[in-house]
Amino acid sequence: MKWVGVALIAGSLLFPPLFAGDFYINLASQILIAAIFALSLNLLVGFGGMTSLGHASYLGVAAYISALLTSRYGFGHGPAAIISMTGTTAMAAFFGVIALRATGLGFLMITLALSQVLWGLAYRMSNVTNGDNGIAGLTRPMPFGISLDSASSFYWFALIVASLAFLMMTIFVSSSFGSSLKGVRDQPRRMAALGFNPWLIRWITFVYAGFWGGVSGLLYVYYHKYVHPTSLSITSSAEALLGVIAGGSGALGGPVVGAALVLLLKNYASAYLERWNMLLGLVFLFIVLVMPSGLVPGFSSLMARLRGNPR
Amino acid sequence: MTASASGYALEVVNLKKAFGGLVVTQDVSLAIRPGERRLIIGPNGAGKTTLFNQISGDMRPNSGQIRLLGTDVTQLPPYKRAHAGLSRTYQIITLFTGDSLEHNVALGLLGLRPARWQMWRPLSFYGDIETEARRTLDAVGLLHLATHPVSEIAYGEKRRVELAMALAQKPRVLLLDEPLAGLSNTERSQVKTLIASIPRETTVIMIEHDMDTALDLAETVTLLNYGRVIVDGGRDAVITDERTREVYLGV
Repeated sequence: MKWVGVALIAGSLLFPPLFAGDFYINLASQILIAAIFALSLNLLVGFGGMTSLGHASYLGVAAYISALLTSRYGFGHGPAAIISMTGTTAMAAFFGVIALRATGLGFLMITLALSQVLWGLAYRMSNVTNGDNGIAGLTRPMPFGISLDSASSFYWFALIVASLAFLMMTIFVSSSFGSSLKGVRDQPRRMAALGFNPWLIRWITFVYAGFWGGVSGLLYVYYHKYVHPTSLSITSSAEALLGVIAGGSGALGGPVVGAALVLLLKNYASAYLERWNMLLGLVFLFIVLVMPSGLVPGFSSLMARLRGNPR
Repeated sequence: MTASASGYALEVVNLKKAFGGLVVTQDVSLAIRPGERRLIIGPNGAGKTTLFNQISGDMRPNSGQIRLLGTDVTQLPPYKRAHAGLSRTYQIITLFTGDSLEHNVALGLLGLRPARWQMWRPLSFYGDIETEARRTLDAVGLLHLATHPVSEIAYGEKRRVELAMALAQKPRVLLLDEPLAGLSNTERSQVKTLIASIPRETTVIMIEHDMDTALDLAETVTLLNYGRVIVDGGRDAVITDERTREVYLGV
């Protein structure tokens, strides 16, 4: 049964470039990028109990660093990616020290404030960031000399990175460190009494989540070949958080499903509705009311119940 | 026992803690020898749990000193005290309700091992942790429930899981905060046997209201009232003391 599921998922991941048109392939690439981003946020929200409303900081900063280095300072994509990831991770390390002075609502507000500062900078420092115009005319990297300009080649690239990200984050939360993390989420005081350092466990997770947020930011800027302050905005953070909660923060696959849902709604509904956010809100409300733990855990418990009581 | 230069497993010196104007621990001093069984009694609000919270590091005292096995731990965070050999249980059961009993005890073991930082191997990789967790559960008579989630077991069983988590750590000093609270008579005698079987390498300090059971376990008794040590000494001396009758026993 499990293998059927795996085969289905693998099949659906291989499907777009083989059968679908460019529009759908591009949509699939965007879903992959959003999925990495949501997965990294879920390390904090679902596994660490640290609800952040500023995770777009890592996506946006990685994207901006890469964009600036390649377009303005003549860096190649390789070194630009390395500097961008190092810079973003270092920023996460620093932001973590500040944000983890608090937990719960305080943590949420600090992450929000820090990301708003970055968003404001991206808008106002127009001599560097080009302000509201964003940085356009970017290129995609050519790993091993392979061009990523076609929709399907970029999809394969994004699929490889996303698979690696999913694997790495799954290993992380399944490890014994992951057990420490979940323990700190559930009973921080007890964990400290047992010999765990809750602060350090949270901080390491925060930095790791920032790193993968940065990876999604690189893919984001490669895909769009453009970066705008909205990538750093609260909307960007909040959409990902909605995805995580809608998909189910307790399950590994939850954020992926949630991110896909948000992206599809955004793409389809915005074609017909000016205020697509309203529809997103309604869908979110429906999910929270009907399946409070999110779509993935909700459906799996529904399936279990159906199998338990065959009628 | 090579406990410390002073020879005490735990020393509390002039400990003071106040919440605003309310002084909850007033110049409390205790000296507990290695292997001792110390019972801490006192009416509700006497500051017993607050004292435990300061010893375990959950709360910082305003002044005074706490020496664990001869080392000053007053400024150390709780997790460092755990590594120095201190374990505790909670009056209000604090367990990981969604996880199995085995996982709960395993966390107690993981907390003292470098494996808690291991980022690519699952907890199940460490077979010795699993073996040790199951052995401890067996010792408290809960092996048959090892794979059940804590949320499914009875209250008395949860009390024993609390105890198992602390015992698995093989602490040098063990703080038990009302380990008998809310237990039935049968469970009470089970837990009593369990506490009595704790090896002498472990110093046990216990808060308990059930005098009948607790006095059998204790060698020395400290009576607290309004955050002060009123009487302190051998069990029989404290129990027969005039002040104990007046403040606590009410006879």
